[in-house]
Amino acid sequence: MSGLILTALVILVFIVIYQIARASEYVNLIRGEEETVSKKTNKALAWVLLIIFFLGMWGIYECHKHLAPLYLPESASEQGLQYESMLMWTIIITGIAFFGTQLFLFWFSFKYQAREGRKPLFYSHNNKLELIWTTIPALTLMVLVAIGLKNWNNMTSKAPEDSLKVQVVGKQFNFIIRYPGKDGVFGKTNFRLINDANNVLGLDWNDPAAKDDIIIENGEIHIINERNVQFVINSRDVLHNLSLPHFRMKMDAVPGITTTLWMTPRISTAKMREITGNPDFVYEIPCSEMCGKGHYSMKGTVIVETKAEFEKWLSEQKAYYSMHHEVAAAPKADAPPAGAAPADSAAVAKDTTTVAVK
Amino acid sequence: MSNDATLVQAHDAHGHHDGHHEHHKQHFITKYIFSQDHKMIGKQYLVTGIIWAIIGALFSVFFRLQLGFPESNFPIMEQFLGEWAKGGKLSPEFYYAMVTMHGTILVFFVLTAGLSGTFSNFLIPLQIGARDMASPFMNMLSYWFFFISSIIMFASLFISTGPAAGGWTTYPPLSALKEASLGSGLGMDLWLISMTLFIVSQVLGGLNYVSTILNMRTNGMKMTRMPLTMWSFFFTAVLGLLSFPVLVSAVVLLLFDRHMGTSFYLSEIFIGGKALSHMGGSPILYQHLFWFLGHPEVYIVMLPGMGMASEILSTHSRKPIFGYTAMIISLIGITALALIVWAHHMFVSGMSPFLGSVFVLLTLLIAIPSAIKVFNWLTTIWRGSIRFTVPMVFAIGFVSIFISGGLTGIWLGNSALDIHLHDTYFVVAHFHLVMGVSAFFGMFAGVYHWFPKMFGRFMNNTLGYIHFFITFIGAYLIFWPMHYAGLAGMPRRYYDYTQWATYAPYQSMNAFISIVVVITFFAQLLFVFNFFVSMFRGRKVTSTNPWGSTTLEWTTPVHPGHGNWEGPIPEVHRWPYDYRDDGNGKDFIPQNIPLRPGEEEH
Ligand code: HEM
Ligand SMILES: [Cu+2]
Ligand SMILES: [Cu+2]
Repeated sequence: MSGLILTALVILVFIVIYQIARASEYVNLIRGEEETVSKKTNKALAWVLLIIFFLGMWGIYECHKHLAPLYLPESASEQGLQYESMLMWTIIITGIAFFGTQLFLFWFSFKYQAREGRKPLFYSHNNKLELIWTTIPALTLMVLVAIGLKNWNNMTSKAPEDSLKVQVVGKQFNFIIRYPGKDGVFGKTNFRLINDANNVLGLDWNDPAAKDDIIIENGEIHIINERNVQFVINSRDVLHNLSLPHFRMKMDAVPGITTTLWMTPRISTAKMREITGNPDFVYEIPCSEMCGKGHYSMKGTVIVETKAEFEKWLSEQKAYYSMHHEVAAAPKADAPPAGAAPADSAAVAKDTTTVAVK
Repeated sequence: MSNDATLVQAHDAHGHHDGHHEHHKQHFITKYIFSQDHKMIGKQYLVTGIIWAIIGALFSVFFRLQLGFPESNFPIMEQFLGEWAKGGKLSPEFYYAMVTMHGTILVFFVLTAGLSGTFSNFLIPLQIGARDMASPFMNMLSYWFFFISSIIMFASLFISTGPAAGGWTTYPPLSALKEASLGSGLGMDLWLISMTLFIVSQVLGGLNYVSTILNMRTNGMKMTRMPLTMWSFFFTAVLGLLSFPVLVSAVVLLLFDRHMGTSFYLSEIFIGGKALSHMGGSPILYQHLFWFLGHPEVYIVMLPGMGMASEILSTHSRKPIFGYTAMIISLIGITALALIVWAHHMFVSGMSPFLGSVFVLLTLLIAIPSAIKVFNWLTTIWRGSIRFTVPMVFAIGFVSIFISGGLTGIWLGNSALDIHLHDTYFVVAHFHLVMGVSAFFGMFAGVYHWFPKMFGRFMNNTLGYIHFFITFIGAYLIFWPMHYAGLAGMPRRYYDYTQWATYAPYQSMNAFISIVVVITFFAQLLFVFNFFVSMFRGRKVTSTNPWGSTTLEWTTPVHPGHGNWEGPIPEVHRWPYDYRDDGNGKDFIPQNIPLRPGEEEH
């Protein structure tokens, strides 16, 4: 009902405006002004356009004043520094083009408004001029391409041998992280072995390398400050994207294909907390590729820490296998509290059979 | 030449006798519905486009309310959307469905069909001096395929699982698997079918535009004497013909993956608690196929506006377009390059980085012809005598917004920047300015400029100016701030940012934008109102050439009948931009006026 009333109201207002506007036009006609635009209107519009131009420039300033402070803190990766410097050059070059052309557009509009006695210039072409303004943008763009490709080749080059390797797997709607464990080798996986209860990545237990792999299910990636890290990226279901805005990087997660991304973190989480003055600061990872209804809530985090902190953290993580299987050799003291154990072993038993069937 | 013969043929073919004596009564159905008159078909496209635009824009108002005020409820939404907005709050599923429909509707149904469908149909025969299109019947079919495609897309809004919801690019696997999202059920099938019919419509239309321009020009209308509108519609059609069929293949393969168990796009997927049997496909293949159309598509949307802005800037500055030949060459450059830059949408898709480098180079090259066009427009108004008619202010706005949106293409085209900016609000700002708003400005300029030719009346100027200023300012207020959010990496296609420490601070910006959206939306309704009311009550056009324009459409009667000219088709003796003294006190010389003795063609 209120929808109907609103619609009716809008239409009514429009009718009133239309009638007023129409009447004023007829008045002009009766006055004998036959041109498409009356002289007075033309002049007024030229002024309004000019004013809008200045308002626009002021608006840009205001907008900058309010939104620039919300920008990300300085880049947390070395690669991001390349991004930032290139961004600056691009802003300068396109900024000049922007202000220059907009200025000409509005200035010409004002200056060359129709006036008594103005005779427009019949000016159809000028080859020299056109050659100049083809060459200058072309050369400038080539400079940008050169800078861009240099950085792009750096960013997408092969990850250095000594990189820390971390696997990131996207699924609706979270990231699952895997570390290779003590042997430094990721165990084989097979998507047919995936089971949300006890094998979220489909690790193949026949592969010894899989047994010590560590899986972090809450999407928390730990990496070492100033040590290269290579992300090995996959997806379990649809496309996702591992975005690292604070590091100025991102890469799609594609089912069936492995993509990679490497970078060199340069600011630890602790340091960034100081820089931003925000004791709760964390590096957030948004999913940046539309992946369904929970896309907007698909979040991971990166913790950049010292080597010692990292190693301490890693040693506290249990191998995924041992969390879901009774490890025969494990001393009784380490066993989970009674009560949890039977449930666990039941699940394992059930599971081995599913795997066996497949 | 053969034009009059064509007319006779055309008329024999469908039994009309109204070419020369237009007061003959026509059947309502043949005149307004199954019309084969290119002018009526153009108007049908326009009206259908306007209806779609209202729907598409209304959706954006709804989802902007969610983005701007995630904590509030808007009971009025429930009235429009029913259970999708229970208690006045959009559900995430339907938020995504609306975003998807908004994109699809505006890109394809409004800015492709509504824009080139309207103006190519309406203007091509009028400006090249032909009685009608090469095949009026195919032309009619083209509209009706579009109509059926529209009906199917519209119907998909009402099914219980909702319309497609995977974004207007509908990337698989999300769009391929019904387990992945509600919108990937029946809604997605309807989307695919509707798009296929839409492409049929585009191909039928495109073939007609190309063959009409190539074959049916009147005597003396050399290609190099065609107005730039004709050149731009020509290349728009060429681009469409070369790229739309590729989207059909993308769509068909997706349908196969959905229903026949094939694996073109799918591999190693575990979803809905089970592993699927698909192996060996690649989601990236779909992206290549989609963008092979998708990028040319953005120029399909853009070129008509460029052509019309060129025409309008020149006419209302009373000055020839500057660099006519350069304008044509840059159109050719844009058309050629538009076909080979598609993968700049895929820099971080997992595609080979080396391939990425090639596309960086090609992509930045396309900025050169775009820059040339801007410089030429600026020089066109330089030392002119500008009349700020409504079409003229829109054409000026078009140039301004095209510059603002085009320049950020240079950022995104450089992969080392795109690696951060991809799929953020920066991209949203870029393409809305460069293709959304500026194409709309080209279209508005065209509507205001040719409305007198379409309906023999003027649209109301005062409302036109109000419409312009609100829209122009609104567009910048809406999209300029988004660049900032995008630079901070704020991802697009998010339903809610409140859970994100990094992006929650942009909440007040989002609220501000949403308020501007509502105001700007009402300004568009004002335009629609002006359009329909002026059709019947607008000031009447009294002279055949109200703008003092040089092109042929203004040599037809105020209300041209089917066949356009009452007598023989005028012949053309000069280029279309002779805005100079004609020796009799007029400041323009129409194309059909013979050269004076001793006068050289410009
Ligand atoms: C100066 C020339 C241009 C360049 C260099 C350029 C470059 C780009 C690039 C690299 C992207 C991909 C960004 C990303 O997704 O990460 C993009 C997106 C886009 N551009 Fe442009 N562009 C230019 C002009 C245009 C024009 C004229 C139009 C429209 C008529 C347009 C419409 C679009 C659209 C619709 C998208 C977004 C597609 C999507 O992902 O939904 N661009 N542009
Ligand atoms: Cu995701
Ligand atoms: Cu593109």
